[in-house]
Amino acid sequence: MTRCNHCDGLSRSRLLHRALAEAGHGLPAIEPGMPLPAGTGLTRRRFLTRSLGAAVAVYGGSRLGLRALEEGIAAAASGPVAPILVSIFLEGGADGLSVLSPQGDPLYKQLRPQLALAGGTPLAEDDRLYWHPALTGLQQLYSEQKVTVLPAVGYTHADQSHFTSRHYWEVGATDTSLRTGWLGRYLDRAGRKDNPLQGLSLEDTLAPALATARVPVASISGPDQYDFYSKRVWGEVEQRMLEAIGLLGHQPADAGLRTAGNVAAQVDRLRRQLIPFQSSNGFESPVTYPQSDDPFPQRLAGLAAMLGAGLPLHCVALTAPGEYDTHAGEPAALTQGLQLTADSLLAFQRDLEARGLADRVLVHVWSEFGRRAAENGDSGTDHGAAGVGFLVGTRVAGTMVGEFPGLQKGLDADGNVSATSDFRSVYAALLEQWFGVDAAAVIPNARSFPRPKLVA
Amino acid sequence: MLSRVAGVAVWRGTFGAAEAERLLWRAGFGPRPGEAQKLGRLGLEGAVHQLTNPGREHLVGPRPHDRNGRPLAPLDAWGHDHVWWLDRMVRTSRPLVERMTLIWHDWFATSNDGVGSQRLMLDQNHLFRKHSLGSFHELLLDVTRDPAMLLWLNGSDNSKDSPNENYAREMMELFTLGADRGYTEHDVREQARALTGFRNNWDQNLGPVKFRYDPSYHDPGRKTIFRHRGRFNWKDSCRLCVTHPDHPSFFVLKLWSYFVPEAPDHGTQKALERLYKSSKYAVRPVVAAILRHPALHRGPRLVKPPVVYNAGLLRRIRRGIDTTDWTWLDSMAGQQLFYPPNVGGWDDTRWLDTATWRGRWWIAQYVLDRHALDPGKAHQPYDAQKLLDGACTFWHDPPLGRATRHALTTFAHRALHDAKGVAWKREQYPVMVQNALRQLIAVSPELQAA
Repeated sequence: MTRCNHCDGLSRSRLLHRALAEAGHGLPAIEPGMPLPAGTGLTRRRFLTRSLGAAVAVYGGSRLGLRALEEGIAAAASGPVAPILVSIFLEGGADGLSVLSPQGDPLYKQLRPQLALAGGTPLAEDDRLYWHPALTGLQQLYSEQKVTVLPAVGYTHADQSHFTSRHYWEVGATDTSLRTGWLGRYLDRAGRKDNPLQGLSLEDTLAPALATARVPVASISGPDQYDFYSKRVWGEVEQRMLEAIGLLGHQPADAGLRTAGNVAAQVDRLRRQLIPFQSSNGFESPVTYPQSDDPFPQRLAGLAAMLGAGLPLHCVALTAPGEYDTHAGEPAALTQGLQLTADSLLAFQRDLEARGLADRVLVHVWSEFGRRAAENGDSGTDHGAAGVGFLVGTRVAGTMVGEFPGLQKGLDADGNVSATSDFRSVYAALLEQWFGVDAAAVIPNARSFPRPKLVA
Repeated sequence: MLSRVAGVAVWRGTFGAAEAERLLWRAGFGPRPGEAQKLGRLGLEGAVHQLTNPGREHLVGPRPHDRNGRPLAPLDAWGHDHVWWLDRMVRTSRPLVERMTLIWHDWFATSNDGVGSQRLMLDQNHLFRKHSLGSFHELLLDVTRDPAMLLWLNGSDNSKDSPNENYAREMMELFTLGADRGYTEHDVREQARALTGFRNNWDQNLGPVKFRYDPSYHDPGRKTIFRHRGRFNWKDSCRLCVTHPDHPSFFVLKLWSYFVPEAPDHGTQKALERLYKSSKYAVRPVVAAILRHPALHRGPRLVKPPVVYNAGLLRRIRRGIDTTDWTWLDSMAGQQLFYPPNVGGWDDTRWLDTATWRGRWWIAQYVLDRHALDPGKAHQPYDAQKLLDGACTFWHDPPLGRATRHALTTFAHRALHDAKGVAWKREQYPVMVQNALRQLIAVSPELQAA
């Protein structure tokens, strides 16, 4: 990633006028006070010229090309004022007792004769707990009061199945029959019928937390990777062909056809929204992200660029890099995953800060459960109950939520850490304090969960 | 009139080429040109009999090779494992055997990400094929001692001195009983003890070798599993799962879901469970009953898994494997063989989203690549209807509904209208429209779900 310049002095309306005038068509209405595409990742000029490069240069300013151009710009410039929540999933059940190792607990070494970590930096709020040495990135943000720690988050009678427990977290209830995600249900109430980007999975398939019943959501692997091509179809015909994807969306009652048709309609909408990013240059970042074969840092960089360009994102989900189901060979696997995750999150935070977007974004890091307090003899640990979670951002309250319960009294009958905060409390508090909606409409039985202060 | 076999309802409506085409999609990888008509002539009974009793396998069509004409190296080269299997799906004369192999791969989902050996993954694949329609009990026994599975779920790390619960838990939760059905956390721990004894060595050059059962690593003590007490070993472990009263209902529902998108009604579910038990856990009669069931023939369409979609497009135009690009293309669509996302397998209810749909677009584009007509040279009629007819003929007349035909015709009309009054456009646009129609048909809802 290369550094790029801050916004140049050109005003948005001049650019729009020039862009569209070059295409030889009438001017769009520019309202005074219309929000600008924020940030620096794609500067305003780059952003708009990209739009032209992608649409007008190819289609020669045809009526169709221009319509797509206008939509791309309009979507980008509509300037979401909505707060953005980024959900980051540590898949497999991350070992909370290594992420924050209770070195100050007398039982720790006894339960973890091989795996016990030693040394490092204690947590300011609880000197029994030490940061995993790979988490310097998070530690740095914590020292800046941009991290809220949840040392034992989960729920009572934790299910030790990856799938069941993850399902609970994704749907926001201990209910195996729910088919919509907690963020999906929120979007069904607060979202729009025509904006797939409002719920965005930055991965190869849709995150279940974003599954909606009514409004569209999307998954892409990166904003610059949403192109469609067909050999020997170009110009106006190509434009017509791409528009026809949307036409395939109108299907009769058969459930299978409707599913395929609905996705085609969403593809059509999303493709139009992302037109500005479909160039060979992709996007630029004002900070350096970690180099890795794993797409995670690049996805976060793309996310910041999309936010910087003002695309209407609202709820975003990604899976963190790394293997967290550490039944064997835990030390190396955990270090590798945590390091890349934390370094990438630090870069993302700095990126948002450089773009002036940091106050609009909150990151939630979670895993489906923690791991058993006693190690299993294979340099690994088996499935447990409560685990560690984090909230990251400039607007987090920064006060620990729930305490570390200790290994003497804080283990359940199976030898797993008991939860001192409930994931549904976290969701309810985020819905109310971050999104400003009534959690009762989204989280079943929301009233029974206390609301920790998460947002400053 | 509703008729039944072994208490399970049987479809008595029309069975012709259209119904045979649907059956070939559910029980295989779609028809080659003419196959649906041929199967339709056998009637439902004959068709199901042929699919479930296919005899010896013949591979039909050109041998697979990479882009440079070299043979595949499925044991070694990255991605060749995927296309090696895709080739078998394309060329096989036993589509249901291959489809069942795919189902077992999803059911006992093992990823080479955790195994690290294409050889062991292919050995496991042969095991799934061998047991494709046979006894589920024998399949479970073989899976339990399969080297790829022993590595994947730490079976050979599990010993009496340091038990590892990974396989024990998934065996019950994902393979035989279902989450929280008929077992407790205590059973997980006791099963893990019963399953101890498998070992392997590590060779610096070869990786995992010498998979074996070593009684000195087995915990010979008494265990209590599902309230049975005994000095159980791994075979007992499998037997206790298969004979568990909650197993048949799990098995039937899961197997059904691969063939029919809507859950079976209560009576069907119970009848299939009885059939499964009375046939001593044999897979074939249950699959045959599902393939004959009215819900498969008159219910809603099922979204095709990405590799089924890909193999089906290739079969449809009789193209063999001549590139390894299908590996990354199918991965874009959400399914790289030998790399399921986790031990739960792929989520068969969510194949389509905006990312995976784009993967299918690119699969179709690669299938069409060499057939793209050159607008500077080829000639096509300046007539939307004729262009659509031509594109349908190219795909051997897939059954497109009215909505899709309307969308395609609208597209063709608009694109031809753009060419009005400009001589070169009138020449070239119809050719591009033909190329585009073939692409759009391939991604149409009718070709995504069958």
